[in-house]
Amino acid sequence: MSDARPIPFRPATEETPATRLALIGLAIGGLGLLVFGPLLIVFAEALAQGWRAAFAALSNPDAASAIRLTLLIAVIAVPLNAAFGIAAAWFITKFDFRGKAFLITLIDLPFSVSPVVAGLCIILMFGSNSLLGGWLVASGYPIVFALPGIVLATMFVTFPFVARELIPVMIEQGRAEEEAALTLGASGWRVFATVTLPNIRWALLYGVLLSNARAMGEFGAVAVVSGKIRGQTATMPITIEMLYNEYLSVAAFSLAAVLTLLALLTLFLKTALELRHADQLAAARRH
Amino acid sequence: MHIEIDEISKQFGVTAALHPVSLAIPSGALVALLGPSGSGKTTLLRILGGLEFPTSGRVLFDGKDATALTVQERRAGFVFQSYALFRHMTVFDNIAYGLTARPRASRPPRAEIARRVTNLLELIQLPTIGPRFPSQLSGGQRQRVALARALAIEPRMLLLDEPFGALDAKVRKELRQGLREIHDETGLTTIFVTHDQEEAMELADLVVVMSMGRIEQIGKPADIRARPASAFVRDFISA
Repeated sequence: MSDARPIPFRPATEETPATRLALIGLAIGGLGLLVFGPLLIVFAEALAQGWRAAFAALSNPDAASAIRLTLLIAVIAVPLNAAFGIAAAWFITKFDFRGKAFLITLIDLPFSVSPVVAGLCIILMFGSNSLLGGWLVASGYPIVFALPGIVLATMFVTFPFVARELIPVMIEQGRAEEEAALTLGASGWRVFATVTLPNIRWALLYGVLLSNARAMGEFGAVAVVSGKIRGQTATMPITIEMLYNEYLSVAAFSLAAVLTLLALLTLFLKTALELRHADQLAAARRH
Repeated sequence: MHIEIDEISKQFGVTAALHPVSLAIPSGALVALLGPSGSGKTTLLRILGGLEFPTSGRVLFDGKDATALTVQERRAGFVFQSYALFRHMTVFDNIAYGLTARPRASRPPRAEIARRVTNLLELIQLPTIGPRFPSQLSGGQRQRVALARALAIEPRMLLLDEPFGALDAKVRKELRQGLREIHDETGLTTIFVTHDQEEAMELADLVVVMSMGRIEQIGKPADIRARPASAFVRDFISA
C-alpha cells in the first residue's frame, strides 16, 4: 500500500489557501473601493474645515428645512408603503385569482421605470396643466411642487420593497397556519394580527428598512416633482446637489454625512434587532 | 354529532373535484375517507370544515342545514396534514389559541385556560412540553399537539387530513392507537382522510372509498374486504 495517495484533509467545498486569499482580497478590495472609500471621503470632506464649519452649514435654515422635509417624507411614505405592501403580498399569496402574474409584474414596475419618468408622469397627472391638477390647484391643494407630490413620487419609487420582501416568505409559509387559526374560531383580523404578522415580521422589517433608506435617498423622481424650492420642497439629496453645484463643498458634504449617518443608523438598528432576537430567527428558520 | 352530506359537488374552474356525493355519518362514528390522491377526499373534508364551499349540495349537522355556516361557526377540530402549528408560539399558546381567540364574553378566565391546556397535554401524554416551540418537537409530538389544539375548542366533530402521513411506521402505529383512544374517550364524530388502506381498515368503524371525485363504496372494513363493490375497490384494498 505504499503507493496509496495521501488523504487530502480538505472538505470538498473548500478551496486551496491561495484561491481563498485571492478571493478574500478581491472582495475586500472591491468593498474598499466602492463602499468604504467613498464613505470615508464624505466624512473627511464634511470635516475639512473642522466641526464648527460643518455644524454651521447644518444649522443654515435651508439645510435644516431639508433635513426636516426628508424625515417628514420618510415618516409619511414608509408606513403607507408598509401597509400597501402587506396588503398586496397578502392578496397575492393567500388568494387565487386571475391576473395574479400581471399584478406581480405591476408591483415590480417601479424597479424598471426610471424615477425621472415616474416624476414626469406625476406632473402630467397632477400638474396645473392637467384637468385634475388644475382643479386641485384651484381648490388650494397643489400636488406638484409641494409635499404631496414629493410623497407620491417617493412612494412610487419605494413601493416594491416591502411587497418584494414579503411575497417569497408568505408563499413559502403557505396558508395552513391561517386556516388552522380560522378553524379554531379566530376572526380574519385576529388571524392576521396573531398568526400572519408575527410570521412575516422579519421580512417586513427588512422591507421597511430598505424602503426607508430609499425614501430618504431618492433623487430623480423627487427632483422632477419638487421644483427644488429652497427651504420648501428641497429634500436632503436635492439640497446636497444644489450646494455641490454652487461649490459649497463643506455644506454639501456635511448634509451628505447626515444622510449617510441616517442610513447607518437604520443598518445599526437592523443588526441590533437581529442580535437580540437571534434565537427566534433561528427557530423560525428551522421549523 | 350526526353529519349528512347531501349531493355535494365541487368544481375548481373546469375540473370537477367532486361529483355529487352523498353520505350519512352517524354520531360518534370514526370514519375513514380512503382513496388515492386526486380522489376528492381532502376536498370533502375541507367542505365539512368550512375551509371550502361546495358548488352545489348541502351539509347537515344534526339535521340542520350547515352549508352556509362559516369556518368559525362550524366548530370543527381540524388537524392539518403538516399540522400547521403556529411556529412563533409555544406549545402551550398553540393549544390555548382557540380559547383565547374567543370573544371576551365567552372567553374562559386565564386560570381556566391554563387548566384545560394542562389537561390536554396530559391527554396526549406530553405533560411537560408546554414551554417548547414547535420546531423543538419531533413529528409525532407535533401531530399530538395539533390534535390537542383541535380538541381545546370543544369541537363538535374532529376532522383530520392525512394525520399520520408524515410519520415513520412505528410512530404511526402508536398514534393510530392514540387517536382511537381519544375518539372513544371523547365520543366525537371523527373523520380522517388517508390513502393508506391498511390504516383505514384497522382504525375506522366506517370506510368510505373514493375515486376521481366519486364515492365507490361505503361500509364496515370487514364488509368492504369481503364484498368490494367495484373492480377499483378490489384493486385498491388489495394493494
